[in-house]
Amino acid sequence: MSENLRFKDHHTEQRLFRNRMLVAIFGVVVLLGVLVARFYNLQVVNFEDYRTQSDQNRIQVRPVPPTRGLIYDRNGEMLADNRPSYTLSVVRERVKDLDATIELLGRIVRLEDSDVEKFKRRLQRRRPFEPVPLRYRLSEDEIARISVNEFHLPGVSVEAELVRYYPESKLFAHSVGYVGRINDRELSGFTEEDVRRYRGTQSIGKVGLERSYEDLLLGEVGYENVETNARGRVLRVLERQDPKPGAELTLHLDTRLQQVATEALGDNRGAVVAIDVKTGGVLAFVSQPSYDPNLFVTGISFRDYSALRDSLDVPLFNRVVQGQYPPGSTLKPMMGLGGLAAGIIRADTKVPDPGFYKLPNDSRIYRDWKRWGHGKHVDLIEGLAQSCDVYFWDMAHRWGIDGMHDIATRFGLGEKTGIDLPREYPGLFPSRAWKRGARGVPWFPGDSLNAVLGQGFVLATPLQLAVMTATIANRGTHYRPQMVMAIDGVEQPPEVLHHVDARPEHWDLVFEGMEAVVYGIHGTGKKAGAGLDFKVAGKTGTAQVVGIAQGEKYDSEALKERHRDHALFVAFAPADDPQIAVSVLVENGEGGGSVAAPVARELFFDWMSRPLEDTASRQGGRPPMISAGFRHPHPHEVAIRG
Amino acid sequence: MASRDYMHRLPDAGSSLRRPESFSRRWHIDLPLLLLLILLAGVGLVVLYSASGEESHYVKRQAVFMALAFVGMFIAAQIPLEFYRRWSPWFYLGGCCLLVAVLFFGVGAKGAQRWLQIGGFRFQPSEALKLAVPIAVAAYLHKRSLPPSFMTVVGALVIIAIPAALIVRQPDLGTSILIAASGIFALYLSGLSWKMIGSAVVMALMAAWPMWIWGLRDYQKQRILTLFNPDADRLGAGWNIFQSKAAIGSGGWDGKGYMQGTQSQLDFLPESHTDFIIAVLAEEWGMRGALFLLALYLLIIARGIYISFMAQHVFGRLLAGSITLTFFVYVFVNIGMVTGLLPVVGVPLPLVSHGGTSVITLMAGFGILMAISTERRRVLF
Repeated sequence: MSENLRFKDHHTEQRLFRNRMLVAIFGVVVLLGVLVARFYNLQVVNFEDYRTQSDQNRIQVRPVPPTRGLIYDRNGEMLADNRPSYTLSVVRERVKDLDATIELLGRIVRLEDSDVEKFKRRLQRRRPFEPVPLRYRLSEDEIARISVNEFHLPGVSVEAELVRYYPESKLFAHSVGYVGRINDRELSGFTEEDVRRYRGTQSIGKVGLERSYEDLLLGEVGYENVETNARGRVLRVLERQDPKPGAELTLHLDTRLQQVATEALGDNRGAVVAIDVKTGGVLAFVSQPSYDPNLFVTGISFRDYSALRDSLDVPLFNRVVQGQYPPGSTLKPMMGLGGLAAGIIRADTKVPDPGFYKLPNDSRIYRDWKRWGHGKHVDLIEGLAQSCDVYFWDMAHRWGIDGMHDIATRFGLGEKTGIDLPREYPGLFPSRAWKRGARGVPWFPGDSLNAVLGQGFVLATPLQLAVMTATIANRGTHYRPQMVMAIDGVEQPPEVLHHVDARPEHWDLVFEGMEAVVYGIHGTGKKAGAGLDFKVAGKTGTAQVVGIAQGEKYDSEALKERHRDHALFVAFAPADDPQIAVSVLVENGEGGGSVAAPVARELFFDWMSRPLEDTASRQGGRPPMISAGFRHPHPHEVAIRG
Repeated sequence: MASRDYMHRLPDAGSSLRRPESFSRRWHIDLPLLLLLILLAGVGLVVLYSASGEESHYVKRQAVFMALAFVGMFIAAQIPLEFYRRWSPWFYLGGCCLLVAVLFFGVGAKGAQRWLQIGGFRFQPSEALKLAVPIAVAAYLHKRSLPPSFMTVVGALVIIAIPAALIVRQPDLGTSILIAASGIFALYLSGLSWKMIGSAVVMALMAAWPMWIWGLRDYQKQRILTLFNPDADRLGAGWNIFQSKAAIGSGGWDGKGYMQGTQSQLDFLPESHTDFIIAVLAEEWGMRGALFLLALYLLIIARGIYISFMAQHVFGRLLAGSITLTFFVYVFVNIGMVTGLLPVVGVPLPLVSHGGTSVITLMAGFGILMAISTERRRVLF
């Protein structure tokens, strides 16, 4: 027994303990009071705040992207479709260690450095709690592997997304165009309204119809309130406002005609445009070479892009609306009509052609393309059929640039055609004012001789030439060229821009001349009509790529292939009841008659040999369509200055 | 009351004079305490079922632990108090040896080394010290005249400091503080002079600054800073507290209903089935539920204090008081931390949080309380 115990005073000890315990009880009661007060503060006083916080936590408003409007050709053939694509996305807020997660994902699916790089860039401009895409186009296998590992990948999700798909690949790249991921430049140009509309949408139309009809194709974003768990997984939808899908476009384009035109061009670089004469609808739109627009949809690889960009054949270049070529002799029918209407020439006007032309008081000799000339009595029909330069020089000299500029403008040269495609180039038809302004020199009589032959300063796009040809075929009704025939099944009315007023016999004369191009003994475009059971009217053209010095002989063999002349051909058919107008350009093809005219023939053959049931669609009257007050052309009567 | 007191004080020899012994008396069961503990454990299992996302796996496991813990309590209640007192130095030394062993051979997770692996069995020695330390301090003080002299206090502090220091090294600051507290409560209840308590508080305050600089790890500092500004880092250190406050607060007075708590059911609440389980209860059962739970704890503590008052000698008194007050500290620290009053330290909510060892230790402590409450007057000396 210890010494101490002997002196123990049990009563004192007990009292001491009780005192201490009473103080402790007091402490316990006070602290329990603190806890009660805390619960009261959280659950009663601030209940509303915390309820809001808790709701905000679990309820997210998520945008529901609309499905992009589909694009069909005139026969209902799908040109732009939406297909599901699976995307690996990450919600930054739900991921503890981002680098470790990416590292782990890299072991599960194929991840390029560039994917990670792009992902990090996207991270910087994301909205909070928004899934940021890391890899697009997951394979089935990869999706399976991710879902197996889902357990250790909080914040990682696989999202199905509808992605644009172009089933015809290269065929419509230049007309339909493509969509691509919204880039920084586009984003910085967004208005607040745009930002709202594009919530949940990753892509935007970049070129072609996808771009020009972006507003219609996009649709209206929808919203849903979803309940998510802490890892961002959606557990249920509480409320939903459905998105409105984008408008469906039906084009005038005809897939088969497009194919025929593409095949007819073969390996040549060039452009083909076919226009429905009665409406201005574009039936074929070929710019060769082309590219696969599907490459661009979810982001083209650097290698693929530089291959396209650096190719000498410039496949990304839209020759139809951006290629500005000297139109050459294809302008002659229009010039002939202008000359007739203005009274400069008449049906019986005859010009002797010794093979060259001299302006009065000028020693310079203008050589006809045919060394020995076309004879002593060349009239308009022969001038067109044989493409006699002297005849038109004579006319141009007497007429002057002002009248020529005026008629060219009426036919749509030198300005944008107004087609419903983006980034169209205007071409150029010179005038006195233009020359003084742009070049600082006055107009010389020699300039007029160049202009009437579509050389010198004159530049036109293949589309402009097709529009010009269609306007001739229409006997003056100048329609705006249109790609889209109907929006959501509602037919789009054709639109008349001008009406070129000339007497019927003048039109007859020009038609006769253009028919003689194809059927005349010396016609330059005989290949355009070979074996067809209807009549074709056309005009060949050759455009110099490199200027030939005065007096030098043109030697195509000596010139590099890319310096050879461009071959052109414009035509319409049938000549007695024109339905389709075509312009063909073959870069460095040399002979308009030999290379370009056969292409037009293929188009005419295909279009006119369609079985009867196709005739309805050819007239633009598809049965299911609702006609939205088809406006009949209401031409402005345009008098041509005499 | 007087008659009961009389009965209580009857010597063994007089037992034959009374009606046959009741079950609870024969088996040293404190019936009120037992009923309260069963009720609490039941509530704990019900809340756990909701907190673990209706996964019965956790609940079954916990029920097995609970059953084992009640058996442990029963055994601890049968052991005469004298046994605890006599063997206290050996419990204490054995526990400290195990702590040293943990430092050398321990296994662990997340940078902490807290367990000893013996065969397939994992064992956390610091749990054992939760009982060994108050027993040792109470036994030490029992032998001395009270109030304790300065040297006695120093001796008691040494007994407390050695295991506390070893546990801090693991590192496990939370457990270390709780163990130190259990020893200090015994010392305090023995009549430690207010002067000494006062000077200790002053010294603690003076030590606070150097502790902050050298004593705490960065994550610990972060937790304390988060306390003062929980919104500063909602997605990082503040996430847990932000979510648990939202859970509790959004429960309101009535609660969202059992298993209807969005915060807990949708996984926003971290560690909802362990340390943060009170938030599940408060969200689903509302303030009514929280008050009910607090009342349950208060009754258990009141019973413990009553037992300490009724204890026959210094050892039992100090030990019962220490066990009861430490139990309260558990409750207060856990709820204080989940409600954002205290920094986040890993202290489970007694008998409600999922986890085996803490339940067994706690129930063993209650077993000792029962041993004290049913201790008959014996000749101890």
